[in-house]
Amino acid sequence: MMTETILAIEQLETYYGKIHALKGISLEVKQGQIVTLLGSNGAGKSTTLRTISGLVPAGAGKVSFMGRDITKEEPHNIVSMGLIHVPEGRRIFKGLTVKENLELGSFTLKDDMERQKRIEHVFEIFPILEDRQKQDAGLLSGGEQQMLAIGRAMMTEPKLLLLDEPSMGLAPIIVREIMRIIKRLNEEGTTILLVEQNAKIALKLADYGYVLETGKIVMEGDGATLREDRSIVQAYLGA
Amino acid sequence: MSLQEIILQQLINGLLIGSFYSLVALGYTMVYGIIKLLNFAHGDIYMVGAFVGFALLGVFSTAIGAGWLGIVAAMLCSMVLVGLLGVVIQRVAYRPLLKAPRLSILITAVGMSLVLYNFVMVLTNGEYKAFNTDLGFSGVSLGALYITYTQIVLVVATALLMLGLHWFINKTMYGKAMRAIAIDQDACRLMGINVNKTIALTFFVGSALAAAAGVMAGVYYGSIHFFMGFVIGLKAFTAAVIGGIGSIPGAMLGGLVLGLLEALGTQLPMVGSEWKDVFAFVILILLLVFKPTGILGKSEIERM
Repeated sequence: MMTETILAIEQLETYYGKIHALKGISLEVKQGQIVTLLGSNGAGKSTTLRTISGLVPAGAGKVSFMGRDITKEEPHNIVSMGLIHVPEGRRIFKGLTVKENLELGSFTLKDDMERQKRIEHVFEIFPILEDRQKQDAGLLSGGEQQMLAIGRAMMTEPKLLLLDEPSMGLAPIIVREIMRIIKRLNEEGTTILLVEQNAKIALKLADYGYVLETGKIVMEGDGATLREDRSIVQAYLGA
Repeated sequence: MSLQEIILQQLINGLLIGSFYSLVALGYTMVYGIIKLLNFAHGDIYMVGAFVGFALLGVFSTAIGAGWLGIVAAMLCSMVLVGLLGVVIQRVAYRPLLKAPRLSILITAVGMSLVLYNFVMVLTNGEYKAFNTDLGFSGVSLGALYITYTQIVLVVATALLMLGLHWFINKTMYGKAMRAIAIDQDACRLMGINVNKTIALTFFVGSALAAAAGVMAGVYYGSIHFFMGFVIGLKAFTAAVIGGIGSIPGAMLGGLVLGLLEALGTQLPMVGSEWKDVFAFVILILLLVFKPTGILGKSEIERM
């Protein structure tokens, strides 16, 4: 099977003031894959995603999405190309209703009929959100908020979804539910770049993985290889 | 006049003044909600709106007269022009400072206020301008009460503007985006919302509402002057705080509450109409002591 590269990062560097957060990382995500980016706290995983989606400017290097250079593009333009970032901590709009949150997910869409159709699709995947559609999103539980964050991202029908620690702070049973849904989205055709601290669950899903350490990629390989690698097991699986 | 009639008359006056406060307060509260700026130039935007309406009415009156048709045309054009002025001010004076310390942008707003105020002062030689209309003083009498049609139309027009705003904020995508930006700007960027454009739109809507209030105040009082924005700016700010700053229904409510309390306050023994400003700010101080978040404001406590 021929697979096309959907996201390519070359020698990407990012600074926060004087802090050199990314020191030249390169990675690739192919169409239809789930790729995971592993690493401990402060390794630069979230920074990588924030640089890809344009929230943080790149200091050097290049990000290309579907063959287009998006390194200097504004975040809202990147979204309309079909690259959606679900940030760490979910960042749902507390104070707005669940339904309004979903509607805002499709801000770039002009067609209200299509918007309604996509909301129905999200409700089918997350029935709990349909029950709570009129509630203040701030009143949802952590797991429901994560579902809303993913559902909101799906409203654009993304080609590539960047997920930042979707398992954070959730009970194991909820984490399994979220991972099942990520797999389903991928089977429906969405390519996924998954950032996780929990390497065990991420490598169960991933076709390919990268390990990030203090702003540098220190290891990469396909999911099966990384699962068997002793150093990863020791460093990130807590075994 | 019996006491009842006096109170009724004051309620009508209060409702009108309160409508103007509300319209101006909306601009304060929307801008505060979205970029946490107390836009001290906002009262002067109201004043500029009155003058632009005045100039346009002068032009239109030769063609369509200075009756309601001319006034509505002048008001709508003034809303658009002053709305654009608000956008330009935002772009030139505030946007470059969005990442600067809060105090810098606050001082810039004070400076912007002085610029507008002095500009109009020089342009008009500091004179009062008679806001001449063909409306006259016909109206309806209820016992000893007399309400002019002008008063009725102004209150209805304010209500329509507020309903329009309510619809815009709650039912359109840009309205929802405005509320979302007030909550989390970065998350909005990740939804594909053009944050700068939405902030500009907020300034447009807020300034247009203030301009409408300015034109209506000209119609109501019959004269306008370059310092008319100063006190109403403070009052509208007070109204926004009373309602809960950042809250749109709060600004509407706060304006009406302040207008009504002020009008009724002038009837209290020992409190004549010359004390009405004192009365308004005493209300503000009492409110800040007992309910600092305002009537409809939310507390800042975040649930994690």
